[in-house]
Amino acid sequence: MTKAGTGTGITVAQADTPAPVARLPRRRGIELALILMAVLLSVFGYCNVGLAQHDALPPGAAGYGAGLGVLALLAHLAVRLRAPYADPLLLPIGVLLNGLGLVLIYRLDLETPGDRAAPTQLVWSTLGVALFIVVVLLLRDHRVLQRYAYVCVAAALALLTVPIFFPAVNGARIWIRIEGFSIQPGEFAKVLLAVFFAAYLAANRSALAYAGRRVWRLQLPTGRVLGPILAVWLVSVGVLVLERDLGTSLLFFGLFVVLLYVATGRTGWIAVGLLLASLGAVAVGWLEPHVHSRVEDWLHPFASIEAGHGPNQLAQSLFAFAAGGVTGTGLGLGHSVLIGFAVKSDFILATAGEELGFLGLSAVFLLYGLLVERGYRAGLGARDPFGRLLAVGLSSIVALQVFVIAGGVTGLIPLTGMAMPFLAQGGSSVVTNWAIVALLIRVSHAARSQAGGRAEP
Amino acid sequence: MTRNIRHAAVFCALLLVALVVNAARVQIVQKPEYDDNPANRRPDIARYQQPRGDILVGGGAVTGSRDTGEHLRFERTYADGPMYAPITGFASQAYGTTLLEHAEDGLLSGADPMLAPLPLWNDVTGAHNPGGDVVTTIHGAAQRAAFEGLGGRKGAVAAIEPATGRVLALVSTPSYDPQLLSGNSAAATRTWKRLNADPDKPMLNRAVSRTYPPGSTFKVVTAAAALEAGVIRDLDAPTRSPDPYTLPGTRTKLTNEADGCRNASLREAFEWSCNTVFAKLGVDVGVRGMTAMAEAFGFNDDGLRVPFPVARSTFDTSVDRAQLGLSSIGQYNTRATPLQMATVAAAVAGGGQVRSPYLVERTLRAGGSLVAAAGSRPSREVMRPSTAALLKELMTGVVDKGTGAKAAIPGATVGGKTGTAQHGVGNSGTPYAWFISWARGAGDIEPKVAVAVVVEGTASDRQGVSGGGLAAPIARAVMEAVLGG
Repeated sequence: MTKAGTGTGITVAQADTPAPVARLPRRRGIELALILMAVLLSVFGYCNVGLAQHDALPPGAAGYGAGLGVLALLAHLAVRLRAPYADPLLLPIGVLLNGLGLVLIYRLDLETPGDRAAPTQLVWSTLGVALFIVVVLLLRDHRVLQRYAYVCVAAALALLTVPIFFPAVNGARIWIRIEGFSIQPGEFAKVLLAVFFAAYLAANRSALAYAGRRVWRLQLPTGRVLGPILAVWLVSVGVLVLERDLGTSLLFFGLFVVLLYVATGRTGWIAVGLLLASLGAVAVGWLEPHVHSRVEDWLHPFASIEAGHGPNQLAQSLFAFAAGGVTGTGLGLGHSVLIGFAVKSDFILATAGEELGFLGLSAVFLLYGLLVERGYRAGLGARDPFGRLLAVGLSSIVALQVFVIAGGVTGLIPLTGMAMPFLAQGGSSVVTNWAIVALLIRVSHAARSQAGGRAEP
Repeated sequence: MTRNIRHAAVFCALLLVALVVNAARVQIVQKPEYDDNPANRRPDIARYQQPRGDILVGGGAVTGSRDTGEHLRFERTYADGPMYAPITGFASQAYGTTLLEHAEDGLLSGADPMLAPLPLWNDVTGAHNPGGDVVTTIHGAAQRAAFEGLGGRKGAVAAIEPATGRVLALVSTPSYDPQLLSGNSAAATRTWKRLNADPDKPMLNRAVSRTYPPGSTFKVVTAAAALEAGVIRDLDAPTRSPDPYTLPGTRTKLTNEADGCRNASLREAFEWSCNTVFAKLGVDVGVRGMTAMAEAFGFNDDGLRVPFPVARSTFDTSVDRAQLGLSSIGQYNTRATPLQMATVAAAVAGGGQVRSPYLVERTLRAGGSLVAAAGSRPSREVMRPSTAALLKELMTGVVDKGTGAKAAIPGATVGGKTGTAQHGVGNSGTPYAWFISWARGAGDIEPKVAVAVVVEGTASDRQGVSGGGLAAPIARAVMEAVLGG
């Protein structure tokens, strides 16, 4: 078993101060129990759908349970082998959300016989767990990633740019389609950019915080330090605006601001960030017709009904959530399929809201909240600034993404097409989220195996 | 850095709180508003998720449900749709419900809380009851006899059991097949447009929703009023009535189709349907007496439901004496639904007692247990039994040796009254042939059926339109069907 920070031969940005090693308990048994519960809960949901729709157990229940169980156990084994001190909640939450997502997609497949998405999603989930295992097994120390910061940013920008050369799908140019397979490179770019931001800010945070001129109460960093990161951020957001992927550009913006704040501790950055974001949002919302209509829909979700065109997707989504009420209609008994296209992807939460009700939906939100909280905890426990920023960044990606998409489909904020982590149909998304959990596991293991150490006060 | 991470964590927690609060807003606070939005299709989907309960005639269902496997899953089907359409109405996914399908919709669709095994049970469990069945009072053979009797003509038939008020037949022609309107397909839309554009108005329920001038059949009411008021004491005494009769206060001379109406007795005048005699009788009785009698029979009542509403039959109460004379022979503003005229015959047949007509015998849960039974309807006295007995005598005379001979049934006692109502400006419209009657079988203590038939004449048979010729045979077929079983 390799301890974090030993045997890797990496020189990190700052030396670890020797600290008393006080390891936290491993708690792998708890993780195993939770994983089994998560698998059982998913199988139960799967059976529930079958019983509700056909009064019979679905034929694939055993296979589905076995598949999910084997994947979860393999992932657990990898964690046991190479990250035994990792937080025991991270993996079970991933399994449960992924399992629930598969149940919801299977459930919606029953209403759309011509378009079965669950089998594909299961394949992608397998790939995601495989990537999880690879990362947990092969990436012995997350600090290795710091060396590849510039490779990451280059790859991220490349991935973001590629879809420009492919045809737009439903108004957004964010897909690569090859032979029926479609991937969304922006999803992978999220993780790569988080790595880059974390590495860059970890290396330059002092310069960002204290150097440069002072304008009124704001301490400006030198352009030499701020320049590259600002450029990367501007390019990525610019590209996304070109591709009309507003959800992801909002996500990158939020990620950037959060990490900048965490790294420098300057509240002024938040103010500037929010100001810029507001200006940008107003400008885009006003000028870009695609976005403008989204804003109009958000302000007047029932306008199309009053105009005699019938309910739009957002109105249908709101109807679905309302139909769920407090306790929900029960799995398999709702009609969220009325939402039409994107019901399995962007709007998957509406199915959860209708069939599980406010209670079920709150439970799902709490699962995400727990995942984010555990990620932040890993960040707090990490001893190196890179690890801290990486964990915070990845957790924030999950938090922001959940907020943007869930807020969109429930009418809290204008709708932006994004995938609900783990729940929504979408291969790139599932794989990316498993990668995020794998990295959090790594940072968490590093943090908890040497809990007494602190990178800084 | 630790402090900053904690701040960021708090920020993420706030985002989460915002999501949960907003979910509560949508799912709890605004739920009623969103659920009731007319564009929300969930109520429709729930409604058609299960087969609809059936409407039963004589123990058999005349309706059914077809599983389409679509979103609005079950569609209504009808056996003998055109024949039963004036009773069932339609249950359409696109155009709603009418008649019994409408009046009993809660029960048929399963929404009626009475269907739940316990009060509030469904509210707690969220369960949906299977639709219940509606058992009608309709006599299948009588319905068929009426429908086939009318054939290709425009008209209507209403038949009632006098002792109870049970509606035995309700037919309107031309009719339509309600099944063609069941789904929400393009074909249903086309049918809907075609039916609404049809000048013959096949979706109009002529038996209950349309009023006709009752013509001479109204003379039953006038005769009853004259007998009750004491204007006539002896059926065979000559009435002092001229022929032609000059309507009071006018120069309009009223004439008769038949000869020999001058000073004719009430019996003769009834048998030969003398307009002059009855117009004068009405004038002699006066507005008050005529109105009271008409309203006792059920005229001027717009609250009648069987359980779907029946159009108001009218007897104008603000008339001068000339208008009263015309009103008394079923012209001027006197109008009646076929169901109303069947009630008039039923009142005579029932010895002066009449019960409100009704169509629903009982309602059942899906398992067959009783939800509600029609129970006994209160009877009201329209006229003295002695008056009714005299009217029975007059009406049997019409069938035995008067204008209604074609309604005679061997071995049965049949009473009737013919009518041929003029209408339109200067009587330019094609006339309506009426026949109202009742029949008592050889072994029966009291009449078992009262019928009203109206046939709208066509331009080609203008001269041949008469209640005795066109309508009486249809009434006989209906009465035979009832007496025969």
